[in-house]
Amino acid sequence: MKEIHELVLPEDLRYTESHEWVRVDGETARIGISDYAQSQLGDIVFVELPQVGDLFEKGQEFGTVESVKAVAEVYMPVGGEVLAVNEGLADQPEQVNKDPYQVGWMVEIKPKDLSEVDALMGHDAYLDVLKGQE
Amino acid sequence: MSEMQGTTGLVLNEPLLWEKGRKGREGFSLPVRDVDPAPLPEDFVVEGPDLPDLSEVDVVRHYTRLSQWNFGVDTGMYPLGSCTMKYNPKLHEVMAGLAGFAGAHPMLPEPLCQGALELMYELQTALAEITGLDAVTLQPAAGAQGELTGMLLIHAYHESRDSKRTKIIVPDTAHGTNPASAALCGYRPVPVASGEEGVLSAETVDRIMDEETAGIMITNPNTLGLFEENVREIAEAVHAKGGLVYGDGANMNAVMGIVDMGRIGVDVLHLNLHKTFSTPHGGGGPGSGPVCVSRALEPFLPIPRIQKLGDRYGLAEDFPQSVGRLQAFYGNFGVMIKAYAYIRSMGAADLKKASRLAVLNANYIKERLKGVYHLPYDRPCMHECVFTDKHLKASKLTTLDVAKRLMDYGFHPPTIYFPLVVQGALMVEPTETESMDEVDRFIDAMHAIAREAEERPDLLLNAPTHCRLRRLDETTAARRPCLKG
Amino acid sequence: MRYLPHTPEDIEAMLETVGVESLDDLFSTVPEACRRRSLMKLPSPLTEWELSAHLSSMAQENAAFPACLSFVGAGSYEHHIPATVEAMLRRSEFYTAYTPYQPEMTQGTLQAIYEYQTLVTRLLGLDVANASLYDGASALAEALLMAIRVTRRPRVAVSRAVHPHHRQVVRTYLAPAGYELVELPFQENGTTDLSSMGSGQDLAAVAVQSPNFFGCIEDLGAVADRVHDCGALLVSSFTEPLAFGLLPSPGSRGADIACGEGQSLGIPQSFGGPLLGVFATRDKYVRSIPGRLVGKTVDAEGRQGFVLTLATREQHIRREKATSNICTNNSLCALAAAVYLASLGGRGIRDLARLNYDKAGYLKSRLSDAGFEMAFDAPTFNEFVVKTPAGFENTHARLADGRIVAGVPLAPWYPELENRYLFCVTETKTRDAMDRLVEEMTS
Repeated sequence: MKEIHELVLPEDLRYTESHEWVRVDGETARIGISDYAQSQLGDIVFVELPQVGDLFEKGQEFGTVESVKAVAEVYMPVGGEVLAVNEGLADQPEQVNKDPYQVGWMVEIKPKDLSEVDALMGHDAYLDVLKGQE
Repeated sequence: MSEMQGTTGLVLNEPLLWEKGRKGREGFSLPVRDVDPAPLPEDFVVEGPDLPDLSEVDVVRHYTRLSQWNFGVDTGMYPLGSCTMKYNPKLHEVMAGLAGFAGAHPMLPEPLCQGALELMYELQTALAEITGLDAVTLQPAAGAQGELTGMLLIHAYHESRDSKRTKIIVPDTAHGTNPASAALCGYRPVPVASGEEGVLSAETVDRIMDEETAGIMITNPNTLGLFEENVREIAEAVHAKGGLVYGDGANMNAVMGIVDMGRIGVDVLHLNLHKTFSTPHGGGGPGSGPVCVSRALEPFLPIPRIQKLGDRYGLAEDFPQSVGRLQAFYGNFGVMIKAYAYIRSMGAADLKKASRLAVLNANYIKERLKGVYHLPYDRPCMHECVFTDKHLKASKLTTLDVAKRLMDYGFHPPTIYFPLVVQGALMVEPTETESMDEVDRFIDAMHAIAREAEERPDLLLNAPTHCRLRRLDETTAARRPCLKG
Repeated sequence: MRYLPHTPEDIEAMLETVGVESLDDLFSTVPEACRRRSLMKLPSPLTEWELSAHLSSMAQENAAFPACLSFVGAGSYEHHIPATVEAMLRRSEFYTAYTPYQPEMTQGTLQAIYEYQTLVTRLLGLDVANASLYDGASALAEALLMAIRVTRRPRVAVSRAVHPHHRQVVRTYLAPAGYELVELPFQENGTTDLSSMGSGQDLAAVAVQSPNFFGCIEDLGAVADRVHDCGALLVSSFTEPLAFGLLPSPGSRGADIACGEGQSLGIPQSFGGPLLGVFATRDKYVRSIPGRLVGKTVDAEGRQGFVLTLATREQHIRREKATSNICTNNSLCALAAAVYLASLGGRGIRDLARLNYDKAGYLKSRLSDAGFEMAFDAPTFNEFVVKTPAGFENTHARLADGRIVAGVPLAPWYPELENRYLFCVTETKTRDAMDRLVEEMTS
């Protein structure tokens, strides 16, 4: 497991208290789990993702991430419609460990309400949360 | 300690079953064919399953070698918390194998199976007496099925009173089967946290308990090895709002002859014959999970029920409020024989003594390890005690590494990472069948490992080195499952 | 007592270390109000020799082979069990071991169960099998719950020709969650009548047993087609797996899940338990399977080994969202089945299944010749239903007194099937024994 100072937390992302990240790109957004989350879970063995076309509210569970001995639910940081899921994770769930922000992305959505992103934490606020959890 | 118990022996490699054998070999003595072939419809003509052909010698060598890769209670101490890995008496295996027991069909006409029915009836009576409850079903095949039965009984009870209840209180120290069994019954588990002392408080339960809650599932002693001191008040709080108390009796080994579950206010309790009552664990079963209930729940017990009329025993199904059947027949009779034999061998005084000595062994281990391993609850424990790996934090070693190194010392590790409320839990339950010398050897090994953690952490990280295999890659096994050959 | 090694000196020394005066002090945290007020009232303890005598006499009060000639199957089968099976199961490294959560020291159990899983997939013609469930009845219940999870439909259909006790268990499991169960009737020839299935659009699964409770072999291929047309899963159950030494496997005929009772495979009848819940399905459903799974892997030095895997489906991790609540299963019985199948081999299971079929055929024809009609037309394996004359209960009782059990009456479970008795013939019945039965039944 990584120490806090070892974690990678890109500045251009927004984060949730349940350790998901969002990257907005125009009218779409990509979602995944943070370096802290993948480090806590350990070797990820399976990722359960929704179907393209599924609709979720902010805060709703949209999938699960499994390590050998644990299961973690993942929650939507913002509400929206699923446009794409990272099919590569079916064969290579370890991508979430290796590169949680790029190759290890989970879903791409069309956000219902982009203002929900503003309510999320930036890098500094998220780092404070992690330090508080120590 | 002069020599480590866990040195290697002559343990041979052995391939998979289908990598052995040769087409045409025989391992079975086919009975004499004394009838003509009967006509066979065409669509029956199949190749037959692709099973390897092995000689009897092939089969025996195969399984003999495999058995040598296993560590059982007969090999050494197995201090798995909440599993009660006590000694399995050899006499019981012989008794279960008696032709009249092993060869009895479950649907024999009653006059032809009085012996089996009598044994079950007497076992029921004994379990009711031991727990202080009123009626018993022996049908559930294991603890988890006993829990499901308990949930069904509670559900039926509330239904009979037209009381719609959707939730059940489950402590944070509960075994995973508790919420899983509750969910099977349509109950939503409502968690309740144990207090700072490691036990539940009646006030906390009372606050959560309401008219929509079916009751509470409580393990006593709990999985921290502590007696739930407030259990009577908790039961009262639950009963006051119309709920029932389910007792998970997995830890019964601490309290036989000492505690009266009926007096406590438990309405339904399951037992694990493969824990408290010495029947073998079998590498994962078969077990047996009888359920004992108070009079109020008796009408709902599964059918068939075993009854005694005069001096004859029989099976009865005419119980309209019964929750139904859980098993094709009456439960694991072959396991019941062993539990019955155990109870008849021990008698009341020695069963109580067993509990007292189990608790003595656990407290002794707790006292001698508490300086060396972090003890989260420094209080009298019951039959098991729980440590954490907090003292290892600096070395970056974990409970897992301690467990793996214990194997090299010739012990099965304790239960690890359960209960979840404790970080890096190491739950030690020696049981009463471990002598003082064996317990001392275990303590010495734990002390040695604690020293190694500071001076030679690599020994823990690389452990085990004396088993047949080193640590196994569970990640790949889960990522790319290969479940057959 | 030989299972309690502590001497009074040991106890004294240990109490001193703990820092208490007596064993009573160890229970200081147990409130008075929780305690027993009297000693447990149990019979006085018996020595090994007294216990042995007592249990032997109890055992003798049961009718079992060879003192008894039983022609009953109905979910529990009398088969010859090679001495090899018992000898291997008596190795205490197997039977006194715990569930293999610490794989490095339990590779014996793990490889044996991996092999068992493999043999089951070959026997049933499917992709993956679990490490065992409790029995065929609860396996069927778990199969239906799995189908409900997978299809997300809340209704299942179960043939009335499935073992009555299995159907009862299914009802017990499905009732509290409110899932709906419809029963499919059987037709004149003894097999399942699917006509009442309708469009089946809301069905998660259809369960048939083959050979069914009447011993009749169902046309699984036809059932599969019909069931798959509705988007439901076909659950094919069994109580006599030896049949698959002769008959096409359920997987080869389109079953999505095959489950049932494995007791015939080297496990003694033992008055109904322990049994063996066998469960197999297709690869695509692997993450929904209940029960334990053993998988192959390698150790830190690249050597082949085995571990419990996909544990995130199970109760100790998933808790209330687990695929089942099962923890302890019937591992030792699965081991027995593996040793049995290993002893039989591919050749042996074909020969043994054929022998069962032929012997049953012999009794059928002898009974026919003696004037007893068969109740159902459909082909059977080693069980069949016979029409008996009125008053046959008396004959049955008379034979039972003489330790011959002439089948089991169906009326208690199927009130419309009065004077119908279910007979079973396995390889344990000699021609002479069958001749004797016919003689007794006709006298």
